[in-house]
Amino acid sequence: MSTKGKVIGIVSNLVTVEVDGPVAENELCHITLDGTPLLSEVIKVNGNKASVQVFESTRGLKNGDEVEFLGRMLEVTLGPGLLSSVYDGLQNNLTTMETVFLKRGEYTDPLDREKKWAFTPFAKPGDRVAAADWLGEVKEGWLPHKIMVPFAFKGTWTVKSIVPAGDYTVDTQIAVLVGENGEETPVTMTQKWPVKVAVKAYREKPRPQRIMETGVRCIDTFGPIAEGGTGFIPGPFGCGKTVLQHAIAKQGDADVIVMAACGERANEVVEIFTEFPELIDPHTGRHLMERTTIICNTSNMPVAAREASVYTAMTICEYYRAMGLKCLLLADSTSRWAQALREMSNRMEELPGADAFPVDLSAIISNFYARAGMVVLNNGQTGAVTFIGTVSPAGGNLKEPVTESTKKSARCFYGLEQSRADQKRYPAVNPIESYSKYLEYPEIITFLDEHVEHGWVDKVNKAKNLVRRGREAADQINILGDDGVPVSYHISFWKSELIDFAFLQQDAFDDIDALTPMERQKFMLDLLLEICDREFEFEDFEQCRSFFKELINDLRQMNYTKFHSEEFEQYNQTITKLLEEYGK
Amino acid sequence: MANKAYQRIYTRLEAITKATVSLKATGVSNDELALVDGRLGQVVKTKGDLVTLQIFSGTEGIPTDAAVTFLGEPPTLKVSDQLSGRFFDAYGHPIDGGPEVEGEERQIGGPSVNPYKRRQPSELIPTGIAGIDLNNTIVSGQKIPFFADPDQPYNQVMADVALRADVDKIILGGMGLSNDDYLFFRHAFESAGALDKIISFVNTTENPPVERLLVPDMALTAAEYFAVDKNEKVLVLLTDMTLYADALSIVSNRMDQIPSKDSMPGSLYSDLAKIYEKAVQLPTGGSITIIAVTTLNDGDITHAIPDNTGYITEGQLFLRADSDSGKVIIDPFRSLSRLKQRVQNIKTREDHSQVMNAGVRLYADAQNAKTKLENGFDLSDYDHRALAYAKDYATDLLSIDVNITITEMLDKAWELFGKYFSKAETGIKQSLIDKYWKGR
Repeated sequence: MSTKGKVIGIVSNLVTVEVDGPVAENELCHITLDGTPLLSEVIKVNGNKASVQVFESTRGLKNGDEVEFLGRMLEVTLGPGLLSSVYDGLQNNLTTMETVFLKRGEYTDPLDREKKWAFTPFAKPGDRVAAADWLGEVKEGWLPHKIMVPFAFKGTWTVKSIVPAGDYTVDTQIAVLVGENGEETPVTMTQKWPVKVAVKAYREKPRPQRIMETGVRCIDTFGPIAEGGTGFIPGPFGCGKTVLQHAIAKQGDADVIVMAACGERANEVVEIFTEFPELIDPHTGRHLMERTTIICNTSNMPVAAREASVYTAMTICEYYRAMGLKCLLLADSTSRWAQALREMSNRMEELPGADAFPVDLSAIISNFYARAGMVVLNNGQTGAVTFIGTVSPAGGNLKEPVTESTKKSARCFYGLEQSRADQKRYPAVNPIESYSKYLEYPEIITFLDEHVEHGWVDKVNKAKNLVRRGREAADQINILGDDGVPVSYHISFWKSELIDFAFLQQDAFDDIDALTPMERQKFMLDLLLEICDREFEFEDFEQCRSFFKELINDLRQMNYTKFHSEEFEQYNQTITKLLEEYGK
Repeated sequence: MANKAYQRIYTRLEAITKATVSLKATGVSNDELALVDGRLGQVVKTKGDLVTLQIFSGTEGIPTDAAVTFLGEPPTLKVSDQLSGRFFDAYGHPIDGGPEVEGEERQIGGPSVNPYKRRQPSELIPTGIAGIDLNNTIVSGQKIPFFADPDQPYNQVMADVALRADVDKIILGGMGLSNDDYLFFRHAFESAGALDKIISFVNTTENPPVERLLVPDMALTAAEYFAVDKNEKVLVLLTDMTLYADALSIVSNRMDQIPSKDSMPGSLYSDLAKIYEKAVQLPTGGSITIIAVTTLNDGDITHAIPDNTGYITEGQLFLRADSDSGKVIIDPFRSLSRLKQRVQNIKTREDHSQVMNAGVRLYADAQNAKTKLENGFDLSDYDHRALAYAKDYATDLLSIDVNITITEMLDKAWELFGKYFSKAETGIKQSLIDKYWKGR
């Protein structure tokens, strides 16, 4: 007998329910409005009163309306067919909904139940298996999609039977497992998992070992993110957060990309599902959409489902990680999620923390970031979830609760700067304040030594230092005037401009410049450092300026040409000639 | 919204604030309307049998024994082609002396469009203003506000943009519009001979502030009728959204909600998003484009209202008085159209984006030179050229009184580049320089 209840209070999407039996925190319930069930989640219980957040509009709801508790938490359905899907925050398939307007209470199946998948068994009868062990695989696009022992299975199980290779639907029983006390449980290609619980069915979670290339120079070289690492991009509106995130999504070296559009613009999601099917993954040559799942709760969709959307996205990543794949989760923006928490907290009249956010905001954020990481699976293979979130700080001021809480959890910080954006210096990542903690990891230093060049991190730090020195020189020039400082200050300033214009700035809308492979990044950085190492002699600062402007122009033109193409080499020669003219 | 015979009448109010009343009642549904002492109110909270209503026209003079009847329905608007050419108040009642509109009654503030059913906006909306078309091109299905101090001529610019735009319907949602501005819009629409494609929902400063909360939803319900049912291109003008947000904060304050930044309700982002996200490009060809006005306090965009707006809308057009040219310009640094890449170089000439970027970059150099000048430093030859360029650029391109085609804007920009700079100084791609360079 499930617990039932009645509505006794309504403020926007917070509904108070009087219950007649036990309820659990985060348990789901259906509130029936004119025959339509509205999905809701318990967020607080006080005596026989439960406060529930409704994932839909509560227009027309009345006191006395009936509530039925479902005895489970919010879950996602996992199985082949998740990739290239477009879901809402509750994992309803948006592509199969028929009407132009979203209909309240319309829930659609996340997976295609009719489609047949070519299954190849790995396990044999008699095999001893545990949660997340691979029983077999199907091909989802070009990716091997492992069919696993459901995460919820505790202890050791024995395979009693498994179907032979063949085409099956996701609901077909593909194996029967026997538990420690002899109970037989059938397994299909799908399983369910509560989104707010981290999937822990792996052997261990070591420190990250390698970097994830994005083709974005200011990230890969200046602040690389590790595979299984965490990072965040805070920035005022109009500084290019979304463009940067889309660039990472298009170019990131990952097997699976999950994009959570959390409380952001619907047109940005439209851009993803319109353009991604056309775009080619630079690493595999396949269509980008084939490796992408979109979870979208845009800003006008019900607020409570915003929170659900990031958890749904994370759980899908963890599922693919358990198959030994590299997953990248991008959430835009985690501030909207925090605001959704704030709205509910305010409606429940909880004592507010800073800026009226709930006091446990920091803990919630750090728990979420902790779900990312590289893991060693039970079979010794590895998988990773790399997580990059954006933060939309109120008023562009980074001293606000969401940014501060995120800074404590994320290991990479890519701070977007208004003044850079105003000058159209994109990506507007501040090269001085931004950082990657991974550059201090011995494992990552070793990786870069082996995969890029021995001593690479020293070079990166040298370049960063040149930029810092240039900024200091610029300050001096601004205070004392062009003539008030020696020409060496100008040289120092222009060296930093050189690195800024030719390396840090990158045209995300140019086919060639948008994606710079590590090899080319190394070439460019070497070239720039070599130029910066030279001694120059100029008659005055005017000459210095025009020399560097010309040099910068050539280098930028070079960035637009194909690596080592004829045009590229021509610019390279022009640059060499120019350097000879002015060198000592 | 007439009273129905069998309805129960309540006659005892438990509490009254400036914007809300509370009473004990049963069988009341969330969001439904009620008449309190003849005034329209809407259910915003129920707690046990205590119901709180927000009274749109304010509670002045409402007694504790006021008669309250519930109407069983949220606010609605009757939609049909008869809406065209008409002026309405915030409740959708005619204020132009004409008859009531007949048509299908629809609830305002309805559900969102399924994101998957949207199409990518891709149709250019030319305005003749280079600060918009050249630097911040707008596209049908976009939502973009003007950010302006109260002394800027934002309503005039908006009327210009609306009348030049090639759209089927223009719907004006006026919130806290001064009577003068209301008459200005009326006159501008009438004298352009465009009245038949214009629909207005107006709340003036003479009307109660809480009434404003209905205006955007009324305007957008009408817009959805023409865009979704009639496949028309609809442009919605919302002015001034800052006054709308102020009305939100009044209600939330009276309901004892904990205020967040700048005494705005914690739900401000969601409240504004619900309005702006109605902008849409539909697969059937219909579209809703929203151009709004958010007034600023002394250019401060970090205030919660412009800040939240900026995160929701697809860019902003920042108006400011320019001392060099003596004109009001669209500030190229603080303005942005996020959808410009959808049409630049595609629907416009191939050099558009590069010319735009170079123009703004050189203008930025002039600003640096200006700072140097103000600090009393000597200017270099380049600085002098940049300053001269900036003056021409502001006068001929950034000023809001410009009205030329995009090709003319591009040619003008090349002319200015050629006049003041060398090819390398512009940093434009060589292939484009070869084709379009004018002068030295």
